[in-house]
Amino acid sequence: MKSLFDLSFRYKIPLWGSFLIVTSAASVSGALMVRAYNDLRTDLFISADSLGRSLAKTLFPAMLHDNVWQAYEVVRAPVQQASAENPVQAEMVVALDGNRQVYVSSIPKVLPMLTEIRYVSVEFAEIARRIEEYRGRQTLAVDLPGSAHLYFVIPIADEQARLGSLVLVYSRAAFLDRFHQISIGAGMIAATVLAILLPINWYWGRRTAKPLVMLAERMGQIGRRVPEDLDPSLYAYGDELGRLFEAYGRMVEELREKSVLETEMVRSERLAAIGRLSAGIAHEINNPLAGMLTAINTFASHGSADPRTLKTVSLIERGLLQIQDTVAALLVEAKLTSRALAAQDIEDVRTLLEPEAHRKSLRFGWHGELGRSVELPATLVRQILINLLLNAIRAAASRVDCRVALRDDALELSVANDGEPLPLAVKERLFEPFTGTGSGHGLGLWVTYQIVQQLGGRIAAHPAQEGAMTRFEVKLPVPAPK
Amino acid sequence: MTANPFERVVRGRQRDRGSSRDRESVTEWLSAAVGADDELPNGDRRRILRLFCAAAGAGLAGAAPSRRAFAAAGNSPLRIGLTPAFLHDQHGLLADWHAYMQQKLRRSVQFVQRDGYRETMDLLRLGQLDFAWICDYPFIHLRDQVRLLAVALYRGRPFYRSYLIVAGTDLHTSSLAQLKGTVFAYADPYSNTGYLAPRYALHRLGENPARFFRKTFFTYSHRKVIEAVAAGLAVAGAVDSYVWESLAVIEPAITRQTRIVSRSEEYGFPPFVAHVAVRSGDFEAMQRMLLGMSGDAEGAALLRRFNLGGFVPGDASLYEGVARMMRAFGEA
Repeated sequence: MKSLFDLSFRYKIPLWGSFLIVTSAASVSGALMVRAYNDLRTDLFISADSLGRSLAKTLFPAMLHDNVWQAYEVVRAPVQQASAENPVQAEMVVALDGNRQVYVSSIPKVLPMLTEIRYVSVEFAEIARRIEEYRGRQTLAVDLPGSAHLYFVIPIADEQARLGSLVLVYSRAAFLDRFHQISIGAGMIAATVLAILLPINWYWGRRTAKPLVMLAERMGQIGRRVPEDLDPSLYAYGDELGRLFEAYGRMVEELREKSVLETEMVRSERLAAIGRLSAGIAHEINNPLAGMLTAINTFASHGSADPRTLKTVSLIERGLLQIQDTVAALLVEAKLTSRALAAQDIEDVRTLLEPEAHRKSLRFGWHGELGRSVELPATLVRQILINLLLNAIRAAASRVDCRVALRDDALELSVANDGEPLPLAVKERLFEPFTGTGSGHGLGLWVTYQIVQQLGGRIAAHPAQEGAMTRFEVKLPVPAPK
Repeated sequence: MTANPFERVVRGRQRDRGSSRDRESVTEWLSAAVGADDELPNGDRRRILRLFCAAAGAGLAGAAPSRRAFAAAGNSPLRIGLTPAFLHDQHGLLADWHAYMQQKLRRSVQFVQRDGYRETMDLLRLGQLDFAWICDYPFIHLRDQVRLLAVALYRGRPFYRSYLIVAGTDLHTSSLAQLKGTVFAYADPYSNTGYLAPRYALHRLGENPARFFRKTFFTYSHRKVIEAVAAGLAVAGAVDSYVWESLAVIEPAITRQTRIVSRSEEYGFPPFVAHVAVRSGDFEAMQRMLLGMSGDAEGAALLRRFNLGGFVPGDASLYEGVARMMRAFGEA
C-alpha cells in the first residue's frame, strides 16, 4: 500500500482521479439501478394489483353463475394481449374456487379446470397454504425465494361472499430481463461518461503533475550543483504551483549568484595566498641577492681578474640580475610614491602601443579620456593599462578596443580583443603567476592583479561569447576630488 | 285534428331529439307521423306519403340508401334475429347480407344479434322479432309461435350433424363413452347439435347425462366450443358440423387444434323461421328473397361466403329426429 502512495504524481494524480471518477460513476449507476429495480417492483405490484382487482370484479358474477366460458374469457384477456415489450405482463392468470381448485386458468393445458393446486407444485402448495390463512381483501404478493415466478393473490369476493381467489403469475425472468436492459442502458451511459471523463482526467492529471515532477527533479539537484532553470511557460498560472515556479526561479538565481561569489572568493583567497607566499620568497631571495650583486660589483671594480674569470663573473651577474628582475616582478610594491595620474599618462600609453597594434595590422579602437588628473599613482595605472593592452594585442585577430571612463567614484578601464576565447584551463587560473598562454613569462596578469588589489580595485575577465570579445575590466576606486 | 296543443309541443320536442335517438325510436316516430294520424285529411296524408316515397327513391338511387328512407317504404323495419346457429360473428359478411336484403326487399331490415338461443327465443315469443335464424331445437320448442320460412342447403342438402370433438393432441379418445368424468363443453342449452344430440347419445348409452361428466359448461356459441376444446379448457365438446366445417375454411388454425371423434346422425339444418304474426306479404317477400339468393350473382357470392348452397322452403318433417330426441328427455 505504501508503495502505491510512493508513486510519482505523474501516475498518482491520474490514478486517483480515475479512481474517483470510476467510483462516482459506479455508485451513481448503482443507486439508479437499485432505484430502477424498486420502481420496477412497485410498477409490477401496482399493475398486478389494478389488473387483479378489475379481473376479480368481473370474475365474481361469472363464477357466481358458474359461467366457465365467460370466466375463461376474462382470465385469458390479459394474457392474450401480451406484448413482448411489457415487462409487467402476467404469464398466467388462474381463478381458484373456494376449495383452492382451479376454476379456470388462462392456460388450461397447463392448469386444467378442477386441478387441486396444492398438488401442482411446491410453490402452488405454498400459495394454497397462504390463501387458506389469508383473510384480507387486499392484494397479497407472494415472493417465494428461489422461485422463477412472482405471484399475486387477489380475493374474488364481495362484501358478503368469498368465491375464491385470483392468482396472477409473473415471470421473474421477464422482470429481470427488463431490469437487465435498464442495467445495460445505465452501464452504457456510465461507460460513455467514463470514456469522456477518463481521458480528460488523465490529460489534466499529467499536465498538473508534469511541473511538479520537474520541480521535484530540479530540487533534487540542489546540493550537488546549481539546478537548471525551469521553462516558465511550463506552468504560467498564478496559483500555488505557479508561485512555486516563481519562487524556484528566484532561488535558482540566488543560488547561482552565491555560487559565483563563492568561486570568486576561493580564487581571490588562493591568489592572496600565492601573493603572500611569493612576497615572502621574494624577500628571502632579495637579501642574499643584493649581497651577491654587491660582492660581484666589488670584485669587478678591482679589475685584477683574468679575462676568463671576468667573463664568468659577468655571466653570474647577468643571471643574478635576471633573478632580481623576476623577483621584483613577483614582489609588486605599490607603496612607492608616485605622482597623480594625469590625462597625458593615458595618451602616452596610447601613443606607445598604437604602433605595436599597427604592426600586427589590428584596428585599434580607443574610447574616452581622463579629462582631469586623478588621485591614483600614475605609474601603476599606466602599467595596468600597458599590461592589458599588450596581452590584448598579442591575442587579437583583427581588433583591439580600449575604453577609459572616469566616474564619480571610480576609474574604469576596459580592454577587449577579438582573438580566440580563453581556454578553460587558463581561465580557471587566470591571475596566477606563470600561467600564461605560452608566449610571455606569465607574470603580466599576475602583476596587474596585484596592483589592482593593492589599489583596492577589482579586476574581472569576461570570456568571449556569442559575438562579444574577450574583455578585461578594471575598476579602481578614486578618492573624491578635493 | 286532435288540436291538443300540449301534445303537439311534446311531439315537437321528440322530433327535435330524433336525430340522436336510436333507430327503433326514429321509425316509431315516423310511423306515428305517417300512419297514426287518421284524422289527417286524405289530401294531406297522400302528400306526406308522396314526400316520403320521393325520399325513399332518392335514397335507393344513392349508393348508400338511408335507413330513414327504407323505414318510410314499409310500416316498420323487418326485425331479423340472428343466433350462433351459424357463424354470426362474421360482421363484414353480415353487413353485406344486410345491405343485400334491404336492396332486395326494398325496405328497412334490422338485424338483432344475440348470444344464446334463449334470448332470441324470448324475443320471438314476445313478438319483438319478425324472422329469425334459429336452431332446430328451439324451433320445435316454439313451433306454435313460428312458421318455417326456409332451410339452408349445406353441401347440397338441408341437413347437418353434431360433431364430438376433442383436442388435436388427444389421440386415444375414440368414443363418447371414454369421456366419463371429464370436463365437457356444450354450446347452448337450446342447441340441438351442441347439447341435445350429445345428451341423447349418452342416454342411448344408458348413462345419465347430468352425472356422466365431472363438469360441463356452456359457451353459448359453437365457435367458442371449438375454441374451448382447442385451448384445453374442456376435454371434449359437441358442435354443429356446419360451423366446424365453415370455420375450418375461414380459420383452419383453430379447427386444426381439434379432432373429430364421432359424427352424429343427420338432423334438419337450422331453420329460418317467421313469427306467426308476420303478414303473409312480408313472409312471401322474405321467402322469395332467400330462395332467390342462389339465383343472382350477388346472392350466390354471399352464399359462398356462408359456405351454403342456397335456401329451400323446407318441411317441418325435417325436424322429426330432433322431436324424437326431445321426447326421449320428456320435453316435446
